[in-house]
Amino acid sequence: MFKWLHPYAKPETVYHLCGRLMPWLMGTALLLLLLGNIWGLAFTPPDYQQGDSYRIIHLHVPAAIMSMGTYSAMAIAAFIALVWQVKVAQWSVLAIAPIGAVYTAIALITGMAWGKPMWGTWWVWDARLTSELILLFLYLGVIALSGAFSDRQTGAKVASLLAVVGVINLPIIHFSVEWWNTLHQGASITKFAKPSIDPSMLWPLLISILAFKILMLALLCVRLRTAILVNEQHRPWVKAMAGD
Amino acid sequence: MVTLGPFLKRELRLLARQKADWLNPVLFFLIVLSLFPLGVGPEPNLLRIIAPGVIWIAALLSVLLAAERLFKDDYRNGVVEQLVASRQPLLAFVLAKLLANWLSTGLPLVLLSPLVALLLNVDMASFIAMVLTLLLGTPLLSLLSVLGAALTVSADKGGILLALLILPLYIPLLIFASAAMEAASMALPYHGQLAVMLAMLLFALALVPLAVTSALKINVS
Repeated sequence: MFKWLHPYAKPETVYHLCGRLMPWLMGTALLLLLLGNIWGLAFTPPDYQQGDSYRIIHLHVPAAIMSMGTYSAMAIAAFIALVWQVKVAQWSVLAIAPIGAVYTAIALITGMAWGKPMWGTWWVWDARLTSELILLFLYLGVIALSGAFSDRQTGAKVASLLAVVGVINLPIIHFSVEWWNTLHQGASITKFAKPSIDPSMLWPLLISILAFKILMLALLCVRLRTAILVNEQHRPWVKAMAGD
Repeated sequence: MVTLGPFLKRELRLLARQKADWLNPVLFFLIVLSLFPLGVGPEPNLLRIIAPGVIWIAALLSVLLAAERLFKDDYRNGVVEQLVASRQPLLAFVLAKLLANWLSTGLPLVLLSPLVALLLNVDMASFIAMVLTLLLGTPLLSLLSVLGAALTVSADKGGILLALLILPLYIPLLIFASAAMEAASMALPYHGQLAVMLAMLLFALALVPLAVTSALKINVS
């Protein structure tokens, strides 16, 4: 049933696929990022309570959503790497981790900048802020662990295992605003209920979220191509491409 | 299927011969605790307020201290490699490690808790909560440190890395344990926090040994 997938486990195929997809993904991401942010920052009405300072939502929410989305992508890749021993999946774990760490850092920093005018403080030890910080530590742990072994292969496998273990934190972050009574507001956009945000603000936000998502894929393509070249540098197809 | 007995006997014999391995973390726990009154001042009420957090952070640090050496010797002298090569299930070995680790680092903390309560001016209600949270929490701490030790066993620079791996996973435990003790000090019920801690312990007990065995196999191959 999944036979059509098999060629994609081959590093060479993935390398060329990423090379073909990358310009399209990057172009779309930048276009949507510009569209969503300019629309959101300049052309949406101000919030009746928060005034203009709510506009940072167009950076904060996409980064926060994708900090978790990127982690689940990394964990799925890690699971595939551990169970089916697919090399490309292993490398993509290491390729995704820094992207996710940066998204998490963006979410935390924009959140702090938003918290200062709204809550009167840069940081509170609130459930969602704390669990997002833990997520950052998990990303850093995966990155640090992968680099701690003299054998690159072992490092990648161990880091994959840690990524799978860390999945336990995702539901905690997601439901933290519902489980604990916290300062951080609940989710504004859900699949099931009518969003508690005005459509004029919702559309640019959705575009920004999509832009962050596609940007993640584009960056993943770039980093995965580099990882494949580094790991396969002695293979004939890489040498043929390099022209010697 | 290899039984637990021989492995456990071996672990306990090793611990009995290398007393520094488990005595040092326990002493470290007491030293960290006695530093806090010196650092923040000996005001009894202040000590009572900070006691839950201080106890649990000291417990974590002392368990971390013991964790680094958990698999190191067995890895260096080839025991882990032989066990993996023998194609016997590693589970018994891992469970014996776990049990020995808890007996040598977790249990002493529970036994020392009356002394700690005295040092930090903890009242009776919080003391009972402290013993209960330590009983539920230290096995979980052992599970996490065994996992961290197994992941980093062949790493070049294990020490600080181990802390970076375990700390994020440890934070939920810290939150619920100190919340239970805080509730107890205000004479509120804390069954909920204990139940969550028990749930975390059972969940970890079911899954962590599997992760540990596969981490050991990765490190050996």
